[in-house]
Amino acid sequence: MADPLLELTNVSTHFHSPAGRVRAVDGVSFSLKAGQTLGLVGESGSGKSVLARTIMGLLPSYAEIPEGSAISFDGHNLLTLDRKARRAISGPGIGMIFQDPMTSLNPVMKIGQQVYEGMRHHFGTSKRAGRERAIELLTEVGIPQPDVRVDQFPHQLSGGMRQRVAIAIALACEPKLLIADEPTTALDVTVQAGILDLLQREQRDRGMTMILITHDLGVVAGRCDNVAVMYAGGIVETGTTLSLFARTRMRYTQALLDSIPRLDRPPHERLQSIGGRPPNLIDPPAGCRFAPRCAHRNAHCDTDIPPITADEQDPSHRFACWNPRDPDAEASDKATGDAA
Amino acid sequence: MSDILLDVRDLVVEFPTRKGLVQAVSGVTFQLNRGETLALVGESGCGKSTTARAVMQLPRPTSGSIVLDGDDLVAAGKRDLRRLRRKFQMIFQNPIASLNPRKRISDVIEKPLKIAGELDAAKRRTAVMELLETVGLDPAVAMDKRPHEFSGGQCQRISIARALILEPDLLICDEPVSALDVSIQAQILNLLEDMKQRYDLTMLFISHDLAVVRNVADRVAVMYLGRFCEVGRSEELFDSPAHPYTRALLSAIPVPDPTVKPKPIEMIQGDLPSPISPPSGCRFRTRCPLATDRCTSEVPEMRGLPDGRAVACHHPLIGT
Repeated sequence: MADPLLELTNVSTHFHSPAGRVRAVDGVSFSLKAGQTLGLVGESGSGKSVLARTIMGLLPSYAEIPEGSAISFDGHNLLTLDRKARRAISGPGIGMIFQDPMTSLNPVMKIGQQVYEGMRHHFGTSKRAGRERAIELLTEVGIPQPDVRVDQFPHQLSGGMRQRVAIAIALACEPKLLIADEPTTALDVTVQAGILDLLQREQRDRGMTMILITHDLGVVAGRCDNVAVMYAGGIVETGTTLSLFARTRMRYTQALLDSIPRLDRPPHERLQSIGGRPPNLIDPPAGCRFAPRCAHRNAHCDTDIPPITADEQDPSHRFACWNPRDPDAEASDKATGDAA
Repeated sequence: MSDILLDVRDLVVEFPTRKGLVQAVSGVTFQLNRGETLALVGESGCGKSTTARAVMQLPRPTSGSIVLDGDDLVAAGKRDLRRLRRKFQMIFQNPIASLNPRKRISDVIEKPLKIAGELDAAKRRTAVMELLETVGLDPAVAMDKRPHEFSGGQCQRISIARALILEPDLLICDEPVSALDVSIQAQILNLLEDMKQRYDLTMLFISHDLAVVRNVADRVAVMYLGRFCEVGRSEELFDSPAHPYTRALLSAIPVPDPTVKPKPIEMIQGDLPSPISPPSGCRFRTRCPLATDRCTSEVPEMRGLPDGRAVACHHPLIGT
């Protein structure tokens, strides 16, 4: 197999705040082969968007990436490059789509111009050719009357259409990697399915690699090869989508799955909620960061950071938990603190 | 005492805009039985929040009647309405924005009691402390803090306390968990269920999330462009939708199970038509895969199905 397209090794992102150093992303490692789709799942504040922005190089000035972090994209270590060199590689190489298409588009620039802006910058495409290409791309992402829309402004489009424009912009430079950060969270469900279908089709047709960031496990379930679950700045469980859902090991992942209301359950059923709330990332817990909220914690969990462990049946399925769930014995779900 | 707590008839809410009159709610009729939870579902812009706000008289509806426990809220004068308000309270989507950032939590929750002119200061304080405890916050810690010191989930608990301090009959929840993370969402949904039991609440629950609605609602009303498409008991409506729009909404929900492949949505892709000039006949016809000429010329009336459901469709998916 070829080298991974994207490889993160021990990546951390810290923010300096008046109250102290916020460890928003803390020691994340994963690799992504060309053509794969990774679903990055987590709740607000888990660090998934900061991680995306770290890969993109879109961090604010008060952010710091500590020594020892490495992001390798297409053979280049992005963190050691200077601004200009990095822009030349990740500018055309990585495309990104943001959550809110109203704020991610420029309200005073014509849609077409926004689509070909990147091509002009990176490839020196002429305005005329850029506009032609913009119309092609708008057609491809399913915008009706693309030859009219190309000269319109974002406010003349609905939310779903704006997100399609944002996708056209991200695809304009033929990126190898597409990062979609909650691309459908601001949209209605009926629009969401259309946008996700479009992303999936583009990913397949172009052989693109994709990271789909979402808080919705339902969104990743049907559409990603692999899933990584983030909690409090770190990846706590990762594996193929099938294995992660069928053989969930990490207690947080299971708790998250259990707390989703489901259509196939009866009305008024009591939901399994997770008590408490995520830890303060200025002063995170010494051991497992989920320990204070975990119903299955033992003495180890509070004091020692759980190592990344491979699942016995599927070594590509890895998790960080001292007292993992035993997917083969449902009864063990009720037992507490007897493992390790 | 009748079984019907809230009786809404022919509710119309119009907003004047520069481009013309927007009819956000166009003739909606429903009843809410005591102790029941009715959910209003639909996409953004369908009029579900406007319907809820019209019940709250925020603003007053354009026409129609809203009778709560025998009192007509639309006909009620300002003073009467203020007296009646203690019977119906509301919680909002954004828990942080719906609390005054300058006020202490104790003041926020006490305010309704003060307005109602109830109890003396000491008793009000005790009532606030008890209620904070009930909604799962430590009164000793929370009383003197301000909203920004709490997380979204905690702020929603405070909003619930504020809505419940006058022990209303009707609680209107407008997307109460949409701004919250899944794990916190489950806490708040469970709390609402507990409060419903404890205070014998009747609830009008607005949500765009059908899985949440499935959990909380006894009956569901599906709205599209200001009108009801289908109203029925939650099990029946979810298990075999009668209106093509209900089916489309249900088919669009992503299922958290990788062995279930996403289905194509049974609805014509496109934008919601403008509420200033809605389609003639059935409003859903421009996106409905089953639409015929009749749907263009004739507005479908709400009619009953044998299982007690009501549907407004010329070509319902189940027999009448």
